[in-house]
Amino acid sequence: MTKVTFIQPDGTENTVEAEPGMTLMEAAVKNSVRGIAAECGGACSCATCHVYVEDAWREATGEPEAMEEDMLDFAFDVRPSSRLSCQIKLTEELDGLTVRIPEKQF
Amino acid sequence: MSVDVIKTDVVIIGAGPVGLFAVFELGLLDVKCHVIDILDRPGGQCAELYPEKPIYDIPALPVVTGQQLTDQLMEQIEPFGAEYHFNEQVDTIERIEDGFRVGTDTGMQFECKVVVIAAGGGSFTPKRPPLPGIEAYEGTSVFYSVRKMEAFKDKDVLIVGGGDSALDWTLNLQPVAKSLTLLHRRSEFRAAPASVQKMLELVDGGDISFKLGQVTTLHGDNAQLTGVTVKGADGSTFEHPTEVMLPFFGLTMKLGPVANWGLNLDENLIPVDTEKFETSEKGIFAIGDINTYPGKLKLILSGFHEAALMAQAAHRIVYPDKKLIFQYTTSSSSLQKKLGVK
Ligand SMILES: Cc1cc2nc3c(=O)[nH]c(=O)nc-3n(C[C@H](O)[C@H](O)[C@H](O)COP(=O)(O)OP(=O)(O)OC[C@H]3O[C@@H](n4cnc5c(N)ncnc54)[C@H](O)[C@@H]3O)c2cc1C
Ligand code: FES
Repeated sequence: MTKVTFIQPDGTENTVEAEPGMTLMEAAVKNSVRGIAAECGGACSCATCHVYVEDAWREATGEPEAMEEDMLDFAFDVRPSSRLSCQIKLTEELDGLTVRIPEKQF
Repeated sequence: MSVDVIKTDVVIIGAGPVGLFAVFELGLLDVKCHVIDILDRPGGQCAELYPEKPIYDIPALPVVTGQQLTDQLMEQIEPFGAEYHFNEQVDTIERIEDGFRVGTDTGMQFECKVVVIAAGGGSFTPKRPPLPGIEAYEGTSVFYSVRKMEAFKDKDVLIVGGGDSALDWTLNLQPVAKSLTLLHRRSEFRAAPASVQKMLELVDGGDISFKLGQVTTLHGDNAQLTGVTVKGADGSTFEHPTEVMLPFFGLTMKLGPVANWGLNLDENLIPVDTEKFETSEKGIFAIGDINTYPGKLKLILSGFHEAALMAQAAHRIVYPDKKLIFQYTTSSSSLQKKLGVK
């Protein structure tokens, strides 16, 4: 099991357990974490699963691929730490991963 | 303003997979349809949200992508000669003596005997940037689409985004606007390379300007925008004066006008019976993702079944005096004639 933490814009934290192989978006949706709309269900075509990866985890999660970087154009307030959570596959190495949820997805 | 009213048997609202298959089931029963969708092409969620993704649970098609399913449905329903009206949002449904009058946001009017709502998850509508106070400027200074280019004549225009819509409107509005600035968060664009090339030429020629950054604040008063604050790529901020802003951040599904049609709703879904898939209003049917009933599954498969049963009931309304005989497409020569295979 991989534990991941979502920090809401108001500071509330949700820590959820995910099975390795799930995406971060799936972990959020399955546990009804607020603020991850994920309208396209992980097809990398809606940008409503936007998160900010905490600095300590940026290296472990890596950089977005070209398709994801393109899709981030449809997100708001994009920062260097921005990722689409449906494109982050959860592995054992990401146990403890912490991300912030933007104020609004749209 | 007088408008030509289009008369038809059935108006189908939504050209998603379920609305499209309804054309087939109605067509087999000689019922003529017009299909209306706010998108610029058929396919609904399949085409807009997951065109390249495989679907594995369409009977007899072990795997098919969202776009392939759409294309094959269009081929399958082609013989019935339905007419399609894209880029049109259905705003109103009114009951008239002999059926319904359906009106769109651009003023198109339809008269029909039956309305089929296949509106899925709702209208695909442009995303609204979550900028404080943006609502106040919408329709006066902030626009998500261009209906009339004339409206931007001699205006200072700011276009935000880096996709095809942003690029296309940059190219189209440049000759009309007083000044045009394209603002995007990075210097790469996910748009047709030819458009990007043309845009860069306009920048080089001094005809438009391109700035890197993201809008953080809107300024203005009385619904009139005067400028925006932009956070640049390096984190610093700058002011950009403008009268008009066009943000292009893709689409999202919103229930939209469906809520105003006087139908019973249950958590944004339309309750129907499971014999005819009729709503609380006689003659108005709801099929596909937009409806709800005990045991409902939001699957394409279920929507197809609903379309078939709805068509039987619609036929009784359109042809009250004709008796419907149950036939198979395999063996009925009259059905095969309609399909154009005989
Ligand atoms: C990522 C993802 C994967 C999926 N995978 C599967 C799968 O494997 N198998 C499966 O069976 N299903 C799957 N689905 C669900 C499937 O896509 C839906 O069940 C299906 O699209 C519903 O079809 P529909 O025609 O009812 O509605 P939609 O596809 O939502 O189409 C409705 C159309 O109506 C239009 N519309 C709405 N209101 C108006 C209005 N007022 N005026 C004009 N137009 C309007 C909308 O713009 C839209 O184009 C998936 C969905 C997603 C998002
Ligand atoms: S869920 Fe749509 S892009 Fe991630």
